[in-house]
Amino acid sequence: MTLPEPGQADSVILRVENLGRSVPGKILVSGATFEVRKGETLAIVGPSGSGKSSLLRLLNRLDEPTTGTVYVDGTDYRQIPPRELRRRIGMVLQRPFLFPGKVAENLQFGPKQRGQNLSPAEIEELLAGVGLSGFESRDVSNLSGGEAQRVSFARALANSPEALLLDEPTSALDEAAKRDVETLIRQIGQEHGIPCVLVTHDVAQAARLAERALVLEGGQIVRSGPVKEALHA
Amino acid sequence: MLKTLFHSQLQLGLAQAGVAALTALLVVMAAARRGIHLEKDLAIAMARGLVQIVAVGSILLLLLRSPSWTSIFLLIAMIIAAGATSARRAKGMPGAFQVSTWSIACGAGSVIALMTALGVIDTPITALVPVGSMLIANAMNTNGLALNRFRSDVLAHVGEIETALALGADGKSSVSPYVQVSFEASLIPAIDSLRSLGIVWIPGLMAGMLLSGARPIYAAIYQFVLLAMIFAASGLTSLISTLLIRARVMSPAEQLILRPGQ
Repeated sequence: MTLPEPGQADSVILRVENLGRSVPGKILVSGATFEVRKGETLAIVGPSGSGKSSLLRLLNRLDEPTTGTVYVDGTDYRQIPPRELRRRIGMVLQRPFLFPGKVAENLQFGPKQRGQNLSPAEIEELLAGVGLSGFESRDVSNLSGGEAQRVSFARALANSPEALLLDEPTSALDEAAKRDVETLIRQIGQEHGIPCVLVTHDVAQAARLAERALVLEGGQIVRSGPVKEALHA
Repeated sequence: MLKTLFHSQLQLGLAQAGVAALTALLVVMAAARRGIHLEKDLAIAMARGLVQIVAVGSILLLLLRSPSWTSIFLLIAMIIAAGATSARRAKGMPGAFQVSTWSIACGAGSVIALMTALGVIDTPITALVPVGSMLIANAMNTNGLALNRFRSDVLAHVGEIETALALGADGKSSVSPYVQVSFEASLIPAIDSLRSLGIVWIPGLMAGMLLSGARPIYAAIYQFVLLAMIFAASGLTSLISTLLIRARVMSPAEQLILRPGQ
């Protein structure tokens, strides 16, 4: 895959400027500035408590920044209605948190929020894309951990996002399921051109999946750049 | 036995209170042996309860000859105290006191006003204040149960709620399932009271009416009337409080404010 040149303006999907969040007595994230470009996977790595997930939650405004902002396709995200912003910037969490019912109903959840319905063919296509063809009518309570996580990817993709935020998406999975999800993350970038921001504590996983990485310590970015340079500096 | 020992009504009352408190203390001691420590909570609650009810009794004594409209001030004071008490069951919830007070005022207050206007509740202060206080107290309990259940359900389902938000759902619909469950759960005691009326328990108001010479059938019907009013006041209070608190746990940018550790 050919990555756009760094700084190429039309390839930048998210531009993060001086983003930070503090709560009384604690700075969670401070002065984060970086870009996310079309089709790339950007890893955010760092030890536990370094602010990785806090930073990710600021990118789709699940938490309110206390400094700075994010530009989505050049628009300050505070000017975008939160529901529209979160449709455009999808998110997959460590645990899939599927809603009770059938797999197809979970895929319909996002589009239904804006009064749309996915056709059966669209549902089949989404499920095929995550390697779960024929799972439409399966009850979510009968899925394995890996299958449930892949359904949560398909559910996020059903919203046609412009970027995906992934918060430790494989840390609750066994080795086989982890490999399947890693393959899926590569496909999302390569086949759909959707950039992924991947939070992981697993440096080897970051090296396998990402083109660039940010290393966080104490809520601040201490290193950034091409993944090998950033991780092995 | 106590009546043979104590001849003045005040002494008898204090002795009866002491015996009842001792019984409650024995239960607390039995619980403490199993590692459940309620001693401090019970001691404070009993002391407060006794002081408060004696104070209200004294105030009622003073107000007996007052005009009926003075009972409005007493009921308003009760509503504010009920709001403060039930807000404590919703620790950490933004605006719990305001939500509780407004909900009880609208829920219990509107039922008291309507029933008084229709002549179901008598206007003399000796009728309006005790009956009104029963409605307010039950509305307070229901409100406390609703807020407590909503709080624990939201805290237990932060992942589900934020997943819905992250998929583009609005804040209110993301917490709606927990609003419904809290509302239903808060009304279980009121429904059970109605269901078991006369079979499991003969309520105090009916017993009091019988003792004061009312006809048993009228006393029974009025007890049903009271429980139906309690259900109406409690249900309306719970409905209002769960709807109001639903909006309070979300920020204007549809972010979940009520999260563990915040």
